[in-house]
Amino acid sequence: MQVDSFRFLPRSFLPLYENARPIVGEHEPVWAPFTRRLADASIALVTSAGLSLAAEQEPFDLDGERRRPAWGDPTHRVLPHRHGPVVMSHLHVNPTDILADDNVALPVDALDDLVASGRVGRAAPAHVSVMGYQEAGLSVWRDVTAQAIVELFRAQGTDGVVLAPV
Amino acid sequence: MPVLARRIEAAGIPTVIVTMMPLTAVQLIAPRVVGVEFPFGHPFGRPGDREVQRTVLETAVTVLAGAAEPVTRVDIDIEWPQPRGEAYRAWQPAEPSPIVAELLRQRAARGEGAAP
Repeated sequence: MQVDSFRFLPRSFLPLYENARPIVGEHEPVWAPFTRRLADASIALVTSAGLSLAAEQEPFDLDGERRRPAWGDPTHRVLPHRHGPVVMSHLHVNPTDILADDNVALPVDALDDLVASGRVGRAAPAHVSVMGYQEAGLSVWRDVTAQAIVELFRAQGTDGVVLAPV
Repeated sequence: MPVLARRIEAAGIPTVIVTMMPLTAVQLIAPRVVGVEFPFGHPFGRPGDREVQRTVLETAVTVLAGAAEPVTRVDIDIEWPQPRGEAYRAWQPAEPSPIVAELLRQRAARGEGAAP
């Protein structure tokens, strides 16, 4: 079975996505071999749901996006594996189901299950949230935010990363 | 997200993307891709559905650890348990996003009526 990538996409968005082209400088494959046993590996998660810790972190800047519709907040938030309530800042999807259960976007409970069963070595101490909508902010996202995220993952000994756009 | 995955991968940390648009992730040369035919906003399934969330994540880490070459794509054969039209309406935000609202304004100014 092959997934229909456009099953839930508005038809008028099709021209934007059906022939996506890499941006300048991103035309060659990149590859880091996964060298550890999965059962010994530390796995981190990245979501683009725009999650931040309620009352502890500044939410993503939605007013900025409302003022400049082609801009998305290019910053990131570090979310501890075991975290309290989150808020979701994302103007492009209905947030109801993620707010009901943030495992829909950041599946820490399922990761715990895989650790408990021995399939995965351990959950990373912290995961990352970004805000998925990036056009005018993409260069900051690519050059500054990505580097900060890499440094976090290196510092905490992350062996592999599961990213999930919403 | 493929751009971010590529940056992390280029720094030496293996990545996999779980996405509703696997074709796009492949076109953008993401290293490893797991496709799900779920409505936007639901990469790991429905709220409270721990079994599907675990299945998707386990597939993702299996591809992460086991893919042999760049741009490996594996799709998950789980059908969304809701009619397409219903799920399509449900994932949309209550109000159009700022960029969609802007596009609608531009279309209206050109005398076109189609919604995005």
